[in-house]
Amino acid sequence: MLKALHKTGLVFFPAFDWAIDPTHPEREERLLYTQDQVTEEGIFDIPGIIEYKPMLATAEDIRRAQFCVPDEAAITTESHLISAGGAKVIADAVMNKEVKNGFALIRPPGHHSMRVSHGGRGFCHINIEAIMVEYIRSRYGVKRIAIVDTDCHHGDGTDNIFWHDPDVLFISLHQDGRTMFPGTGFPGELGGPNAKGSNLNIPLPPGTSTEGYLYVINHCVLPVLNEFKPDLVINSAGQDNHYTDPLTNMNFCAQGYAELTTLLKPDIAVLEGGYAIEGALPYVNLGIILAMAGIDYTGVVEPDYNPEKLKQSVSITDKIKKTTAQINKYWSQRFQMREDAGKPGEIQIRHKEIFYDTDNIFERQKERVRICKDCGGCFEIDSQATPGFHILGVHIPINACPACIEKGYEFFDKSVENKYHHVFLMDRPKGNYHIK
Amino acid sequence: MIIGLDVGGTHTYAVLLSNQGVEKSVKVTTNHADLFSTVLSGFTQLLESIDPSQIERAVISTTLTTNAIIQQTMEPVGMIVSAGPGIDPEFFRTGEHYYAVSGSINHRGREKASVNEMQIQDIAKKMVDAGIEYVGVVSKFCVRNPSHEILIKRMLNKYFKKIFLGHHVSGNLNFPRRIATTHLNAAVFSLHKSFFEAVKKSLTEKGLTVPIQILKADGGTMSLEASMHFPGQTVLSGPAASIMGAIPYAPEGQDAIVLDIGGTTTDIAFLVDKAPLLEPVGIQRGSYKSLIRSLRTDSKGIGGDSTLRVKDGNLTIGPDRQGPAMAFGGPLPTPTDAMVVLNVMDTGDREKATAGIETIARQLGLSIEEAAEKIFKTCCTIILKKTFEMIDQINSQPVYTVHDFLEGYKLSPQKILVLGGPAPFFAQKIEDLYQIDTLAVPNSPVANAVGAALARTTCEVSLYADTEQGIVTAHEEDFAEPISKTFSEDDLMETAYTLLKEKAINSGADPENLEEVEVVEFQKFNIIRNFSPRGKIFRTKMQLKPGLIKGYETVLH
Repeated sequence: MLKALHKTGLVFFPAFDWAIDPTHPEREERLLYTQDQVTEEGIFDIPGIIEYKPMLATAEDIRRAQFCVPDEAAITTESHLISAGGAKVIADAVMNKEVKNGFALIRPPGHHSMRVSHGGRGFCHINIEAIMVEYIRSRYGVKRIAIVDTDCHHGDGTDNIFWHDPDVLFISLHQDGRTMFPGTGFPGELGGPNAKGSNLNIPLPPGTSTEGYLYVINHCVLPVLNEFKPDLVINSAGQDNHYTDPLTNMNFCAQGYAELTTLLKPDIAVLEGGYAIEGALPYVNLGIILAMAGIDYTGVVEPDYNPEKLKQSVSITDKIKKTTAQINKYWSQRFQMREDAGKPGEIQIRHKEIFYDTDNIFERQKERVRICKDCGGCFEIDSQATPGFHILGVHIPINACPACIEKGYEFFDKSVENKYHHVFLMDRPKGNYHIK
Repeated sequence: MIIGLDVGGTHTYAVLLSNQGVEKSVKVTTNHADLFSTVLSGFTQLLESIDPSQIERAVISTTLTTNAIIQQTMEPVGMIVSAGPGIDPEFFRTGEHYYAVSGSINHRGREKASVNEMQIQDIAKKMVDAGIEYVGVVSKFCVRNPSHEILIKRMLNKYFKKIFLGHHVSGNLNFPRRIATTHLNAAVFSLHKSFFEAVKKSLTEKGLTVPIQILKADGGTMSLEASMHFPGQTVLSGPAASIMGAIPYAPEGQDAIVLDIGGTTTDIAFLVDKAPLLEPVGIQRGSYKSLIRSLRTDSKGIGGDSTLRVKDGNLTIGPDRQGPAMAFGGPLPTPTDAMVVLNVMDTGDREKATAGIETIARQLGLSIEEAAEKIFKTCCTIILKKTFEMIDQINSQPVYTVHDFLEGYKLSPQKILVLGGPAPFFAQKIEDLYQIDTLAVPNSPVANAVGAALARTTCEVSLYADTEQGIVTAHEEDFAEPISKTFSEDDLMETAYTLLKEKAINSGADPENLEEVEVVEFQKFNIIRNFSPRGKIFRTKMQLKPGLIKGYETVLH
């Protein structure tokens, strides 16, 4: 009889009544065909596959991960809260060992949403993975978490949120930023001075096929994970690497996704992008679900699949090998890079400009981080959006050392109130969020 | 007047109802080896000194198909399934004569790979050689496009007595369940046919010529003729009969729990404003999952005759039954014995009951009274615990839209209706323990037969319209029509209502009982390709709700 080898939890929230706008790729129809396929396959009847009902994430949940401007309510809808809440439900199911692993098939996605969020960019308003990760760390005390973002777009929001965090390893595989939104995610982007090498960005040339993806997984991602030894592996499972996706130029397939999942063995997978809703999503999602549950997926093949047509060229293979070697080199030098990044107690400044394509907002940031060898280091972000607000967000990391906690409060206390619309303090060790 | 007959596990009850109430009821011991004579004997006794021409309606509920499944006496039938991409169909094998074939339809109902005629002919020959007479054909996504099933049926027609097609089974998606359900219909067909033809013939000989109605698992009825196409729908109509029998006593505008406490098991179900709650997809009992519409019931292995034991100082009740209570000559003590000891029940041999409870009392280190009290209380607690678990489960069901998430109905019963032999004794105790208004349904032993008698015809239609492909379909009803780009929600609803009415009349519904129409599901999507709208997808499910026929609402009070 058909039975899941691993108990797998699913949250399925297609938000059939929510869209950015009627013809937007991120619209009501997006998970329709996936639901049809999954229902027709009888997935929810398989012993060992457990479907969970999502819940609403709260402002408190978001405040562990992000500064929402002017506040959470202003930039989210119920759909965003249910989507983030769905990820939380899966996290609980996995952490409480009700299931071995879990997959949240939810929308809207979140991985382009950064530490400071003034609205929607790349179809994302709040970062559902980051909210989930911070929930897991607060609730269950998990220390080391690895997030592998396999969406075809650079997971710049998640990358940004964990930029200074040495305990969260963020690896993003994506189509080269020179050819696609958001235009970032190059190998040299390795994380902040206190966490160099804990962010790994692996750009892949357009036309990368299954061979290329699995090469990177086998020769870079798995060895790195093996060394990092995370307590939890999370897959930001974007499905827009598919050869039929209308927004991207890759040649990945459903079998490839299933195999990637089998290799990666994520504890939790969270759906991100993927806009070939009819020809790809039904098969890719089915493949991932079966792979997570340890059920044979060799029958999951797109009707128009033609491996000959999707083969990658030798030059693409060469490029991928070079990038992989480069990333592995960075990874091996990570401790030295952190050592060289600055002196403890010193403040380093970074300027950043961010464009919100969904909501047409332009944001300028000035970030000041305390160099620290004992924790991720506290930092403040001065963020001004046009049109929009001017705020200051201060972050004290969850495992902060006493010096960084003190410095964080100093940032907050010394901020000049009339300069900002709001000043926020995210005190992760105490679990407090202050606003002035 | 109407007749209701319900074949139960131990006894078969038949009632004669007029608009004055229950005119007559009879009880016959169920002979599972010969259900035909059981049914006939029920009718014979009931019709003694009654003029058959006064009978307007007769409804029968039997355990025939349920027994065939449990005892695995179903006939070997052939199955041809075509899966296309996805899970290996070998996992859904129904028996020896099961063939997975090529051909594929996708989720939009588009053909992706054609049927291989040679392959089908070859399989037909093998099945004929094996002596197969009935065949089921199921293709994945046939609900969206049944052309492969129809084509295969045409190729097979000349070789077999009857061919059952997957798309006739249900408008719901679920390939594995559709295979199981189609197989079930094929496998119980000849049993069902010969049984009911014999019943009909015998009744005609007695002068009873009204159309016979059969009770379905969803608590509705269908005509004998309609049942020949879907004999599987009669499975588990027993629990359905009792739940329907509780409806007259359910509160209006409120939720209620129905507990049918029998000798071996207790069936648990729910009513929302006098309408029973249905299973979301179909009957599910243990590992058996189907697309057969059914009332949402669950069974717990605990009843009046459950065996009492003490294990490591702890009292256990059931799940087995080793015979009747000791008070009634059984071998081991049971909850019924405890009730006899407590004097809540005044029948049976009190001495024997006391002797039985004493053995339990000694092991628990309690007095006989205390032990009996503990048994009775534990029994109620176990049943109610399971009930509340079911409520939690129902209330935590996944939702797929923001609207459903925010507006989700929460089941919160304020009344318990108890049926079955020991119902009156349990009702009082449950009310004391849980402070919930609890009522033992009057005429409890025959309530299930009354439920069968009063059940109205139910049915459901599922419509799917795709304006990009220009078609509206209800393949379950063999309905498909071209539509224009301007096809609207109103057009969809109108078509659905017409089909529903037609289906109901064909299933034997009284035109006066067609008002309880309910839209169970409605969804509408824009189809966008390359950032421009190409059309719309509409989906709806409409049903005639399970409930009681008109004109008998008050007679039972």
